Amino acid sequence: MSYPADLKYTKEHEWVRVESDTVVVIGITTYAAEELGDVVFVELPEVGSEVTSAGQFGEIESVKAVSELYSPVSGTVIERNEQLADTPEVVNDSTYEDGWMIKVELSDSTQLDGLMSSAEYEEFLKTQ
Amino acid sequence: MTQLLETPLHETHVSTGGRMVAFSGWDMPVQYSSILDEAKAVRGSTGIFDVSHMGRVFISRSGAGAFLSSIFSADVTTLRVGRAKYGVTCDENGGIIDDNIAYRLGDNRYLFIPNAGNRDVIAKWLTKWAPTDGSVEIDDATDRLAMIAVQGPTAIATLSKLTDDDLSKIRPFRIVSIDIGGEKVLAARTGYTGEDGFEIMPSTDTVVAIWNSLVDAGATPCGLGSRDVLRLEAGLLLHGNDMDTSVNPYEAGLEKFVDPDRDGYLPGETLRAIRDLGPERKLVPFDMVGRGIPRHGHGITDGDKKIGEVTSGSVSPTLDKNIGLGYLPIGFSAPGTTVYIDVRGRSTKAVVTTLPFYSRRRS
Repeated sequence: MSYPADLKYTKEHEWVRVESDTVVVIGITTYAAEELGDVVFVELPEVGSEVTSAGQFGEIESVKAVSELYSPVSGTVIERNEQLADTPEVVNDSTYEDGWMIKVELSDSTQLDGLMSSAEYEEFLKTQ
Repeated sequence: MTQLLETPLHETHVSTGGRMVAFSGWDMPVQYSSILDEAKAVRGSTGIFDVSHMGRVFISRSGAGAFLSSIFSADVTTLRVGRAKYGVTCDENGGIIDDNIAYRLGDNRYLFIPNAGNRDVIAKWLTKWAPTDGSVEIDDATDRLAMIAVQGPTAIATLSKLTDDDLSKIRPFRIVSIDIGGEKVLAARTGYTGEDGFEIMPSTDTVVAIWNSLVDAGATPCGLGSRDVLRLEAGLLLHGNDMDTSVNPYEAGLEKFVDPDRDGYLPGETLRAIRDLGPERKLVPFDMVGRGIPRHGHGITDGDKKIGEVTSGSVSPTLDKNIGLGYLPIGFSAPGTTVYIDVRGRSTKAVVTTLPFYSRRRS
């Protein structure tokens, strides 16, 4: 499994792509996608809703299991991946590209400082 | 926690990428690559399942038929040799202890298959009611014999690569002995997926080689995850989920497998009374209308108050919809009735349908 170096990661197995000082894209890591197995349903928040760091922003279901999605950041959802409604399997097939979930405008850009680098995340995975 | 049991194929599962989980006291593969891909393989070609965790109990001697018929929901003394019958084992109250297949192997010899999680309780039940005069022998061969389910539209062709016997002549719900590499192997044209196929019972010594030969012949190794999806699509119940001792076969919709009008059938009188009274609730199949996957334990409401609970639910990859089963009052059991599933706090519309959800095309 690969963890792109240009992304940031959380202990809840989300990835964060920093698009600008104030906008990030969020998805789940290949580790999480593999653990879940075939993703068959993703429930995402409405555009315009608020998400809070460590708060639940949605749900992801595989054939066998349901997991909660936790936001790595606080801010406002400015876009969500509508494609996941009909083709949730892209979370497995294109985890870091087409499998993105929400785009968030940050309430405070310093909150990114607490996220892990890919190397730190891989170290963290060894403890899982 | 007690040590999980392992089938003779355990090492094979682990070394070929099976993701192992605890199931009914056994360490079993839930999937290899993908539950959806494995389900597709069974619907489209051939999948193989290690079902060695299920019980294999031989019941023999002069009293075998009468004894088995006294505890099983069907009369097996009228079964012809080489044929199988599905049914349930009920307790004194008519509650379902287990669902089973009984195979008649000879005039006085039967094979009885308990579910993995019910092996002990069935063993105790058999011992409790068996005659003690030596007319019945009960031989649990679960640890001596393995079991592989070979399932799918090309299952016969796949299994035929391992034997010279003509498998196409063996009709559904028949059991014969076939020759695989010089070994006489029990092979039954039965399964739990809604597809054509066989369940074969090689010895624990040869099962790994046979499994590998099936893979070489093109079969896809499948885990319990796809098995659960496939059996639900086919409308086959899972004991422990869709039935247990708190429900009777009339509530579970299994009345056609029960013949209570027999002398010597232990729960016969109780089941006759239940039948004559008629059930107040029934196991009802439903299709989701709203977005959401029903899961075991979700509440079912009439839109206002709770009227039942989901016993099984899943995405159905074959039918491209979400499906489930649950017990509902008779008044809500008619096909077309709207009910609501409480999917983790979201009231999600569903409509009562009929079983099976999926039925294969028969040639």
